[in-house]
Amino acid sequence: MSFINKPKVAHPSLPTNALGLTRRQYEGAMSTLCAGCGHDSITAAIIEACWGLDMRPEQLAKLSGIGCSSKTTAYFVSGAHGFNAVHGRMPSIASGANAANRELTYLGISGDGDSLSIGLGQLVHVIRRNVNMLYLIENNGVYGLTKGQFSASADIGTQAKKGDVNQTPPIDPVLLALSLGATFVARGFSGDKAQLVPLIQAGLRHNGFALIDVLSPCVTFNDHEGSTKSYTFTREHYHAVIEADFVPPAREISVDYPIGESIPVQLHDGSRVVLRKLDASYDPTDRSAAYAFIENKLKQKEFVTGLIHINESSTTEFHTLNKSSPVPLNRIPYETLSPGSTELDKLMGRYR
Amino acid sequence: MPNLAAAPNRVNDFVVKFANVNGTGSASANSLIMKTIFRMGVPVTGKNYFPSNIQGLPTWYEIRVTRQGYAARAGRVDIMVAMNAETYSKDVREVASGGYLIYDATWPRSALLQRGDITVIGVPLAKMVNENFDGVRARILLKNIAYAGLLAALLNLDLEVIDGLMRQNYGKKPKLLDSNTKALRLGYDYAKEHLSCPLPLRVEHMDKTRGHIMIDGNTAAGLGCVYAGATVGAWYPITPSTSLMDAFKGFCERYRIDAATGTRNYAVIQAEDELAAIGMVLGASWNGARAFTPTSGPGISLMNEFVGLAYYAEVPCVIFDVQRVGPSTGMPTRTQQSDIMLCAYASHGDTRHVLLFPANPEECFYMAVQAFDLAERLQTPVFVLSDLDIGMNDWMCRDLKWDDAYRPDRGKMLSAKELAGLDKFYRYVDRDDDAIPYRTLPGVNPKGAYFTRGSGHNQYGGYTEDSAEYQVVLDRLKRKFANAVKYLPRAELTGKGDHEIGILSVGSCDGAVREAIDVLERQKLHLDYLRVRAFPFGSEVEKFLSSHKRIFVVEQNRDAQLRSLLTLETAVEKSKLKSILSYSGFPMSCEPIVDGVRAALAEEPRLSAVTTKSTR
Repeated sequence: MSFINKPKVAHPSLPTNALGLTRRQYEGAMSTLCAGCGHDSITAAIIEACWGLDMRPEQLAKLSGIGCSSKTTAYFVSGAHGFNAVHGRMPSIASGANAANRELTYLGISGDGDSLSIGLGQLVHVIRRNVNMLYLIENNGVYGLTKGQFSASADIGTQAKKGDVNQTPPIDPVLLALSLGATFVARGFSGDKAQLVPLIQAGLRHNGFALIDVLSPCVTFNDHEGSTKSYTFTREHYHAVIEADFVPPAREISVDYPIGESIPVQLHDGSRVVLRKLDASYDPTDRSAAYAFIENKLKQKEFVTGLIHINESSTTEFHTLNKSSPVPLNRIPYETLSPGSTELDKLMGRYR
Repeated sequence: MPNLAAAPNRVNDFVVKFANVNGTGSASANSLIMKTIFRMGVPVTGKNYFPSNIQGLPTWYEIRVTRQGYAARAGRVDIMVAMNAETYSKDVREVASGGYLIYDATWPRSALLQRGDITVIGVPLAKMVNENFDGVRARILLKNIAYAGLLAALLNLDLEVIDGLMRQNYGKKPKLLDSNTKALRLGYDYAKEHLSCPLPLRVEHMDKTRGHIMIDGNTAAGLGCVYAGATVGAWYPITPSTSLMDAFKGFCERYRIDAATGTRNYAVIQAEDELAAIGMVLGASWNGARAFTPTSGPGISLMNEFVGLAYYAEVPCVIFDVQRVGPSTGMPTRTQQSDIMLCAYASHGDTRHVLLFPANPEECFYMAVQAFDLAERLQTPVFVLSDLDIGMNDWMCRDLKWDDAYRPDRGKMLSAKELAGLDKFYRYVDRDDDAIPYRTLPGVNPKGAYFTRGSGHNQYGGYTEDSAEYQVVLDRLKRKFANAVKYLPRAELTGKGDHEIGILSVGSCDGAVREAIDVLERQKLHLDYLRVRAFPFGSEVEKFLSSHKRIFVVEQNRDAQLRSLLTLETAVEKSKLKSILSYSGFPMSCEPIVDGVRAALAEEPRLSAVTTKSTR
């Protein structure tokens, strides 16, 4: 698509947050993703979330891997440093960065390929290490940049552009995170900004590792004739539930539904999913119950969304376990770090 | 009573080798003997040849007593302490003619140990120990101390020095001190009673170790990281680099814990693999901490992708490669210098990296500090290429010294104030015309924000697929690498540089090369010696290459990797470079160098004559 650089001039009537900043000042470069991409909705939700949190832009550190989703860190909060790591390795960058400066707010953006295939090992270990960060997976079930291969989150029965039917069971990031003891696990939908913004805000504010799996449909990719992934086939199925939002070039998907109600959504890859809000009786602090509940719903092809599990009383956060200095390691003066010549002279006795 | 008179009298110049079973606690006995000799003022080296195994396989420890202070392995064994029945036949063969073999005669092996030209000393060690101590484990351990006592008598070691070391080792555990002292006496008294002591090969007090320590390179490098102000270390356990992080952690526990609060001014992260370890280092460095990872060849292979990102996105990082035998898993507990090419050009695309080559633990300490300064000054990965011999063996080195005036060179890093005064910040613009751009840290000032990426970027830090924009950055990186030379340690020249023949070498070959040069000097062959200490090579390397007619390149790998690097990165004529290679996995000794030089010169009578004529 063509795009222009937007001048960052704030109209005086735009609302400002406590820092006197408008939403525009939390924006980034112009997105180069396909028009109507779910990822752009998530970017908008992040901008809204950070603005709403009155976050100083430089307080945020944006980290990502490789893929469509990982590009989006360039599209929000241009006043924050960004790090585009190699494919699947963002968690290690985040872990090291967090070790060096515990005061920044770390937001990792990844995709289902980046997180669940090439980067699964690092995702597992960043959860286990309980690094204080929000890790957001923009989950669309396909590899977009390499033209439509299945990802590890593709559901059984899903059909790819070239006709292959996926028969390999998916890895569900929410079940994965729950099984590893993640202290904040949520699922959202890119089309439901009202739900997503507070989830992002809570995740950024959570002490410890927070994972949000955001279902984020790829709007334009699966567009060949005669396949269940074709434009026609897809439109038929999406039309069944979410009208014409998926017709490329499409508008962004936008669904609002009341809490407690489940709603089926036909994704581009042909899977039939049901989005479902948590009911009032659900206890997000009980990890085992949450796991059983989610697993059970997945069997019925229902994706439960919302704040699935939260444990704010965990003591396993990385710096807590490390007994790290309250002053970030990158700010400790050298004079404090060096033992000096007298100590070295003393130490030499050990080696005689 | 064996006849001990025939052996040559070589006071303070001989080699004792211990053949043990690994996991039996022999290391403490062997190091007790080595430290005693060192404290008697006699230069000594200790080389450990151990298996990649926890318990039950053969292991050897070699102590070279060297009054000349040579650092290399000696290519012979004068006294073999054969404590492993499984390796007797091999161990017997290894003893030099006129040497000695000491074995446990609790189970006589006369038939196996026949050799007319050596003296076999059988001592019923196990019997003695079993009669005096209870418990299987204690007996196994104390048998080692008993042979140490035996050696003490045979080698004329100073008992007071040994006592001092034992008190130091076991001072806080009186029971252990008692049993060890008793075991030592068992061996000592037996020798005094039954054998004529000392042997002609023996130790006498000297004063050549004052101001020196015995230390391994990994410990020294770990200590260097502490003094460099490193706060984040990430690693995945791998032989032979593991003890580097162990040392760093140990020193941090001593020097980096806040006395009042108990909080730590460091973080050591054991990563899930080497890919994550280097990622953590990049993340921490990007955030302004001094961060490093120690690893070995297989780890470097895994780190390649991230190394390319660090090179291209200009993120400082320090990588210690304690080299071991490759390819693949290779021989993890043997030494080699076979990662030179791997590190010099690590990662896909056009990449070249700064390498430092320490030759001993002392240089490991100073080069560790230098590596962090270089990485931040040049905003690029810096590899410190040590090896198993340097990293895990105890070397005699000068005392490590520290200048309290040292402050880290953080390179071109913009402060909040400098950023506030800037109109606009661009990450990769060559403002100073030295090919090094300015960097900013996250969290300092929104004006400093930029996007660190391994994808194509222009000098303003923006994504690009434009050829010209891409090339501006890539060409600057090339200039930056060339300019790196002025910050790097120079190659070390030994000799006036006016001979026609030279030796060029690297790292832990140093001891063997120096010894070979002495041997050749005595044979009227005179050579200059240049030891490269860094890559890219400085002008002094070019000069050495151009001013010598024949250059022997000595290194420890099969494929002559240093020679390859020289032919690729200097103007040298390939045919001038003759390789002398050692890739057995054992530390180099001087013999292959002496033999290699003599053989080559014999084939070239003209050069040989010239060399002889140019005698100073």
